[in-house]
Amino acid sequence: MTQPLKTRALVEQFQYGLDAPICLTWELTYACNLSCVHCLSSSGRRDPRELTTEQCRAVIDELEAMQVFYVNIGGGEPTVRPDFWDLVDYATAHHVGVKFSTNGIKIDPDRARRLAASDYVDVQISLDGATAEVNDAVRGPGSYATALRAMQNLARAGFKGFKVSVVVTRHNVSQLDDFQAIADRFGAQLRLTRLRPSGRGADVWDELHPTAAQQRQLYDWLLAHGEQVLTGDSFFHLAAYGDPLPGLNLCGAGRVVCLIDPVGDVYACPFAIHEAFLAGNVRGPGGFAAVWRESELFADLRRPQTGGACRACSAYDSCRGGCMAAKFFTGLPLDGPDPECVKGHGQQALDAVTGARLPRPFGDHSHRSRPVPVSIGPRPDRACDESPLAGLRLT
Amino acid sequence: MLSCWWKRCRSTACAVSTEAVSTQAVLAGGGAGGPRAGSFDLDRPWQLHPQVSVRPERFGALLYHFGTRRLSFLKSPALLTVVTTLGETPTARDACRQAGVTEAELPAYAAALATLASSQMIRARGTS
Repeated sequence: MTQPLKTRALVEQFQYGLDAPICLTWELTYACNLSCVHCLSSSGRRDPRELTTEQCRAVIDELEAMQVFYVNIGGGEPTVRPDFWDLVDYATAHHVGVKFSTNGIKIDPDRARRLAASDYVDVQISLDGATAEVNDAVRGPGSYATALRAMQNLARAGFKGFKVSVVVTRHNVSQLDDFQAIADRFGAQLRLTRLRPSGRGADVWDELHPTAAQQRQLYDWLLAHGEQVLTGDSFFHLAAYGDPLPGLNLCGAGRVVCLIDPVGDVYACPFAIHEAFLAGNVRGPGGFAAVWRESELFADLRRPQTGGACRACSAYDSCRGGCMAAKFFTGLPLDGPDPECVKGHGQQALDAVTGARLPRPFGDHSHRSRPVPVSIGPRPDRACDESPLAGLRLT
Repeated sequence: MLSCWWKRCRSTACAVSTEAVSTQAVLAGGGAGGPRAGSFDLDRPWQLHPQVSVRPERFGALLYHFGTRRLSFLKSPALLTVVTTLGETPTARDACRQAGVTEAELPAYAAALATLASSQMIRARGTS
């Protein structure tokens, strides 16, 4: 007789953490050719303390030993690191699969052919508008053309199923069908993720995050398109509308995922680059494994969460209070509602903290001189978001 | 229900996206309810796919297929034993018996193996 087949739900198992992450995000550099207005890592300039090639290889050795199946490499723009392709090869040779996010700048026909030949590498092209106008307002002039060129190169090289990755904003939420058409045109898969008030995203959150009506529209679209569209489970706060979206409805920060930043700092998640979520550094004694297994912060995240103010809400089992990073950077308590709570509790909580000093993202590597290419009108007054008079100044 | 204790998940946990691992329905093949036990041949030799990596966990194991980029969860230590001994036993039925699976439990294990076969985590031995 074997042990009982019915164990606790997988979500419960994951809440208490795993001995090693399933996968993790690894931002290889803060350097980037773009200056996206919502960049979650405030990237632009390289940090002189970034991990060397040798140090990166040592991290990969550790990930192999821990059986981390694959890493999501990002940045910054990871492909601008001169050793990027060597590190990708090193990782895959050591049984660590790679998916990397890029704006497409280095995906020329030759590189696309080489990528198409590898079973162990997946590519994710960032695109935040289905038209150049919408995309470039957020990602910068020419970035739409760069992304589309990269997609064309990958498709022509026979790379099937690469990802087109979209951060859903107030300005592109009406383009979901158009994004799907772009993905279909290149034999790619659409991936939609949630805008976070992290990094420079904190500065544009009020203007760019979807309205309540748009959230409902997004939810309905996601339900209709189901398994076809990837979401990184980033919209689990929308599960409070009723039906759950596909995937695990759980924040995996410090439990099954984490972030290694370009200088080797380990954070609970890629959207939480702040000392409050800093667990350690891969260069410390014991390396990454010690951080993952012994950090007090991660131990804390793996304890049962109380739910706080959300506990009384009937939707708590669905949304689990939403995104930790979204709460933190909008000044909300971590055991309260998400700022985009679909029940409206987030707006009430935000009103209560209006005027409070918000935590600032940790470490700003933004380009100093480049103007931020945003043209989305004056910032509304958050407290009066719903008012037609919001932002109107009478002089 | 089978799906209560064995599950392939297309994603976990928030934008850090283990999600790219799957591009098909959760239980591919065999209709809406997933493959049935009867569709799996317990009496032939099977093996783990060579591109699959197995990581034991408290609840069972995680399987990752580097070719399909899919993640699978085995929510039973006994199923892990079955899967990892498939390649060394004459038939899947033998692997189940050796792992302590009873006759009454066999259909559930056959269904789980059918699901693993449909997602290429395991494959019939002698095929390439």
